[in-house]
Amino acid sequence: MGAYVARRLFFALFVLWGAVSVIFLVLRLVPGDPAVVLLGPDANPDQIAALRARMGLDQPIIVQYGIYMRDVVQLDFGDSFRFHTDAMDHVLAHLPNSAQLAVTSVCLALLVGFPLGIIAALKANTVVDRVISVFSLATQSLPNFWVGIVLILVFARGLQVLPSYGQGSWQHLVLPSVTLALPFLAILVRLTRSGLLEVIHEGYVQTARAKGLRERAVIFPHALRNALIPVITVVGLQFGALLGGTVIVETVFAWPGVGRVLIESISHRDYGVVQAAILLIAAAFVVTNLVVDLLYGYLDPRVRLAG
Amino acid sequence: MTDLVSDPTTSADAGRSNRPPRWPLPNRFRPGRASTPPRSRPGAGRIRFASAVVAVYVLAAVFGPRLVQYDPVATSTTDRLLPPGSRLSDGSLAVFGTDDVGRDLLAQIMQGARISIAVGVATLVLAGLIGITIGVLPGYFGGWLDGALMRLADIQLTFPSILLAIFIAALLGPSVVNVVIVLAISNWVTFARVTRAQVLTTKGRDFVDATRTLGARTWHLLRRCILPACTAPILVVATVEIGSVILAEASLSFLGLGTPTSTPSWGITISNGRNYLSDAWWISTIPGIALAVLVVSFGILGDALRDRFDPKLKNL
Repeated sequence: MGAYVARRLFFALFVLWGAVSVIFLVLRLVPGDPAVVLLGPDANPDQIAALRARMGLDQPIIVQYGIYMRDVVQLDFGDSFRFHTDAMDHVLAHLPNSAQLAVTSVCLALLVGFPLGIIAALKANTVVDRVISVFSLATQSLPNFWVGIVLILVFARGLQVLPSYGQGSWQHLVLPSVTLALPFLAILVRLTRSGLLEVIHEGYVQTARAKGLRERAVIFPHALRNALIPVITVVGLQFGALLGGTVIVETVFAWPGVGRVLIESISHRDYGVVQAAILLIAAAFVVTNLVVDLLYGYLDPRVRLAG
Repeated sequence: MTDLVSDPTTSADAGRSNRPPRWPLPNRFRPGRASTPPRSRPGAGRIRFASAVVAVYVLAAVFGPRLVQYDPVATSTTDRLLPPGSRLSDGSLAVFGTDDVGRDLLAQIMQGARISIAVGVATLVLAGLIGITIGVLPGYFGGWLDGALMRLADIQLTFPSILLAIFIAALLGPSVVNVVIVLAISNWVTFARVTRAQVLTTKGRDFVDATRTLGARTWHLLRRCILPACTAPILVVATVEIGSVILAEASLSFLGLGTPTSTPSWGITISNGRNYLSDAWWISTIPGIALAVLVVSFGILGDALRDRFDPKLKNL
């Protein structure tokens, strides 16, 4: 287990390093002086010259990369020139709001998705299964910004039971988290269903049946436990899509999270904040994947050996 | 729950619907196969249905803008925010209503179909070219480049693709060409992986060795033996991907990072309609339905093609 944890940790760091390097590379591949890009079109020549010197843009590219990595390791992305505060601090201040939204959505998806998937598998090829499958296929492909708008139309404008934007009470959390949870929920339903159907015909499940166990005792401890192992990996991978989704959902519902900060900073060309926000979301994703990998190795010892 | 206990034989096929029982020998020994083709192949109905919907969209995208004129800069204050089914001031019928400056929504949606499908196809061609080249050449020859590119693919797969797209789009600025570049960069990995896997399994097959023994050059082997074996999985991947590419384009445009605000793409129209939700629900809702139906159809088509041609790609 120790070697496995070390290997996964190393890979997580490797991915983070990759993300940082890609940002560096993209900043330099895009036409224009990175200093001008970072400061925006309104910067005066003195500011540009100062930033060029600080970023070491007159140095060879390897040295520039070294300087950039040194700054990143110290979480230094410069200042936000809209708010004149440290870019990372500005993003971090909005992290709790995004975390609240993401965690609520994941819980919602898990609480509804697993039961629906189990029901669909147990009633495979019946009307119930068809209805659940069509529902999950539709919700998986619906554009989440559009779902958000329709939910606002129905529940905020039409029925007037829930607030349409902003943050505050638990009512404010309902529409954004439902919007964010839907595609995730759909994938959970489909995976739980197919996972359970695959496992149900395995020898050990038939043995459990042959022992005369009740159906409930067969499904829950025996079948479900093993059916869920592959589901966990995909949950980790899909968490990335969910984080990407927060950017859109936060924009639709004017939710003051990291995603909205990201989009606002882009339209104001506040690239220090953009970099900080992107790296923060990427880091959240890498950490989740690390946890999922470790959990996977714990649940299924075969994974540790295979690598 | 009881049906699982009482009848394990039928429930064995529960996950795979309507599939005929497996013939125990290779198909060429199957009686009567030469004269009668298999009657129902998996997913035939789904493929027909989804292709029909996609065909309607393609037709609307190609011919629609010729039938219903759309002028992106025209404004008509008398025709502002008319509900679906209204008559415009020039006497024509606005089936889906008009937007905030009096432009016909149906015409706008058909223009949007044009943009979405064009961006989707262009992105797939570009991503496919990058992905297939990277999948075939290093996959066939191996070596350090192969290792390095696959590590790069690993990194990119563990990174939310929409984030990468947002970052690049933010720096490049909104334009149709930039959207295609951005989406191709964030979608080449799937093509590369699927192609590479197929190349690796094909290059060790006997018929490839036989062709090489007969004196075929590498180029001939790649072109006549390896690539044809990759076609089916690549087509399946392309169908599965095009829906998500179209969705990503709309998302980027909605955020103001995709096509420029002057273009009538679905994401832009939906975003415009947000300001008029209380007065004109149709501006945001109807283009969203158009988008959703197209994406769901591509989803169904991709699933069905995958089931038929390449069930191995299940976890794509």
